[in-house]
Amino acid sequence: MAAPIDLHEVMEREREERFRTRWRVKACSSTACLSAGAGATIKAMEDLVERDDMVLEVQVIPTGCMGLCSAGPLIRMMRRGGDEADYRNVTPEAAVEIVRSHVLDEEPVPEYQLDTSMPFFTSQERVVLANGGVINPDRIESYVAHGGYQALEKALTTMKPKAVVEEIRKSGIRGRGGAGYPVASKWSLLAAASGKTKYVVANGDEGDPGAYMDRTIMEDDPHRLIEGIAIAAYATGANQAYIYVRAEYPRAIERLDRAIRVARRNRLLGRKILDTNFDLTVEVRIGAGAFVCGEETALMASIEGRRGTPQLRPPYPTEKGLWGSPTMINNVETLANIAPIISRGGDWFASLGTEKSTGTKVFALAGDITNTGLIEVPMGTTLREIVEDIGGGIPDGKQFKAAQTGGPSGGCIPSKFLDTPVDYDSLRELGSIMGSGGLIVMDEDVQMPDVAKYFMEFSMDESCGKCTPCRVGTVQMHNLLQRLCDGTGSKQDLRDLEHLCSVVRDTSLCGLGQAAPNPVISTLQYFRDEYIALIDQQEVVHA
Amino acid sequence: MRDTRPTVNISFDGVDYEGYVGESVLECARRNGVTIPSLCFLEGLSVWGGCRICVVEVAEGHRLRPACATQVTPDMEIKIETPRLRAYRKSVLELLFAEGNHVCAVCVSNGKCELQDMAVFSGMDHVRYDYQAPRREVDASHPKYVFDPNRCILCTRCVRVCDEIEGAHVWDISYRGEHAELITEMNRPWGDSLSCTWCGKCVAVCPTGSLAYEGRSIGEMEHDPVMIKRLAVARSRGEWLDPEGAI
Repeated sequence: MAAPIDLHEVMEREREERFRTRWRVKACSSTACLSAGAGATIKAMEDLVERDDMVLEVQVIPTGCMGLCSAGPLIRMMRRGGDEADYRNVTPEAAVEIVRSHVLDEEPVPEYQLDTSMPFFTSQERVVLANGGVINPDRIESYVAHGGYQALEKALTTMKPKAVVEEIRKSGIRGRGGAGYPVASKWSLLAAASGKTKYVVANGDEGDPGAYMDRTIMEDDPHRLIEGIAIAAYATGANQAYIYVRAEYPRAIERLDRAIRVARRNRLLGRKILDTNFDLTVEVRIGAGAFVCGEETALMASIEGRRGTPQLRPPYPTEKGLWGSPTMINNVETLANIAPIISRGGDWFASLGTEKSTGTKVFALAGDITNTGLIEVPMGTTLREIVEDIGGGIPDGKQFKAAQTGGPSGGCIPSKFLDTPVDYDSLRELGSIMGSGGLIVMDEDVQMPDVAKYFMEFSMDESCGKCTPCRVGTVQMHNLLQRLCDGTGSKQDLRDLEHLCSVVRDTSLCGLGQAAPNPVISTLQYFRDEYIALIDQQEVVHA
Repeated sequence: MRDTRPTVNISFDGVDYEGYVGESVLECARRNGVTIPSLCFLEGLSVWGGCRICVVEVAEGHRLRPACATQVTPDMEIKIETPRLRAYRKSVLELLFAEGNHVCAVCVSNGKCELQDMAVFSGMDHVRYDYQAPRREVDASHPKYVFDPNRCILCTRCVRVCDEIEGAHVWDISYRGEHAELITEMNRPWGDSLSCTWCGKCVAVCPTGSLAYEGRSIGEMEHDPVMIKRLAVARSRGEWLDPEGAI
């Protein structure tokens, strides 16, 4: 058996490597930047370094997401021991110009420069995304150099499993998948469960339209997830873990697979991890493209190779999960928070955010907003700060109308609640949910019944068909919404729609069905006049 | 045979009853002669919990629970006939009727249909939602039975009985959401099935006219779902007892 990785030696080596060249270019190679052409940009810079013989001067490092996806491809020029300059919309030609200008003339290129003093960068608090734009996701050394796997080492060598759970309890972290269940309670349940085999599952079946927090974590910082899983497994007595990733995330699957192999080779996974008595196997399981597989019982069915439909609870997974053994399912973002909590302490984490919603939350900011991208803010940040400061407001001088959180299970928050702090309980009070972190901003031109119809169509398509209210109810609600949006709906249609909302919410089997009416309920709550107007319009025509 | 299981006190709509630990709310109600309407549940088969007809209110929380899949707990106050539950049951039934092509007047099971009975029981006299009128093809390829998916409500009794009692697993569900449908084997005609044993249990348990004997005309198809309970009891006790006194 090979010796385990020496974290401190790797750190030293990486530090030397960092100072090897005078310049380092960090180039975002996350999915959003790649689709904006980052591949060609990186290639152009690598060719330039090769051709102009600058190998000793410059190293080009592909990194994870830098955040401001709407301005991609992004690069960052870093001078040894000195200043940095960020650039946006970097085409291959621009990249060559920027690198040359910095290296040969010591001059920045203002034309492409990105103002990093804007609130988009300064108002964020990056814990989960701390390594975005910093490390090379494909190199474990890069992760280790930035403190990676030290939390695992600390947990395995200095803490009892109970103490790890206690630290998580102190942190107050709640599940980042949307419902906000206290993480420590779940961990304690699995730790207390009897049975020789226990499983930990990372839920990476992110399916909300427009949301890509988990994808970014899996693609850009796979070792952080693996470290979190290892700590969770150690704390709960599990020796087998799965990462469930949807098939639509091929890069995440590829990077996780590679990261798992490398971690095993370095004795961070497998048998006798870091020469302790802790064993853990981690495997990737790929979904087949069903939103409902994010629901934990359907997810387990899918891992077992069965049809991905929800099962009745109880029994809960921590009692009877995968193949009948106790199983704990945590969201990817939750697990990505674990290493920092163990490294820096639960109290530090609890000092971030609000009393009942601690820590930070990653949001995928999308819609009618100037700066779209991935942001991370402390819980309790107001919607106004997110939309107006970080998001840079609504483009084209238009008015903010509503923000949609929680995807097809969430609701719309109108402008009068812009000063609401974004935390689990405040959002629930407004009839929406935190959800996994999708945040869609809508301007004055958006018709809310259309929004409700869009999300209803999504739920209808994604219903598994097991229970009647969800299978048929979503179709009927969609029909009614279609009629209302077409201007051919009646007052009776609206009454039927409202009744169906309660039927489907109260009688559906799983969370997908129970939450499917939420977009309708919340738009009816705040924008009822728009529905009425659609009916009146038609009644005028008929008269 | 006397039941020696420990008991708990519960109530249905304010009337006190005794339940056994480990028993479901639905089983308990049936044993005590209390009616909780249900469709997909069938004694002798595993619990599916998909039709949502049997949802009841349990006083401690406002979330509704399926009676078939909820165990009785001490001092449980179960509500069955509240205005809300009556309205919901009716709506769920209406949804089922809107989903398929349920035309009683030309159905083999007319007058002997659990879905029809349920509608009568619940006072469902019309469907307020759009009929979805799906186009579904009848599978009459089997020499002995006919499968008419237009009348299927996806209760999966046939899937479960074929898998759990007969052990053949000819039936299963394919596709999802509104496109979910029953299939035989790898979505090949039933008549071509190599695994079907012609036992007819799927036909016996079907609550509607979806599965029927070949050659039956309107109202001529009578199902026999109690047979499964007899079989299950016989297997579990190793002797041929009659749980309903009906043999």
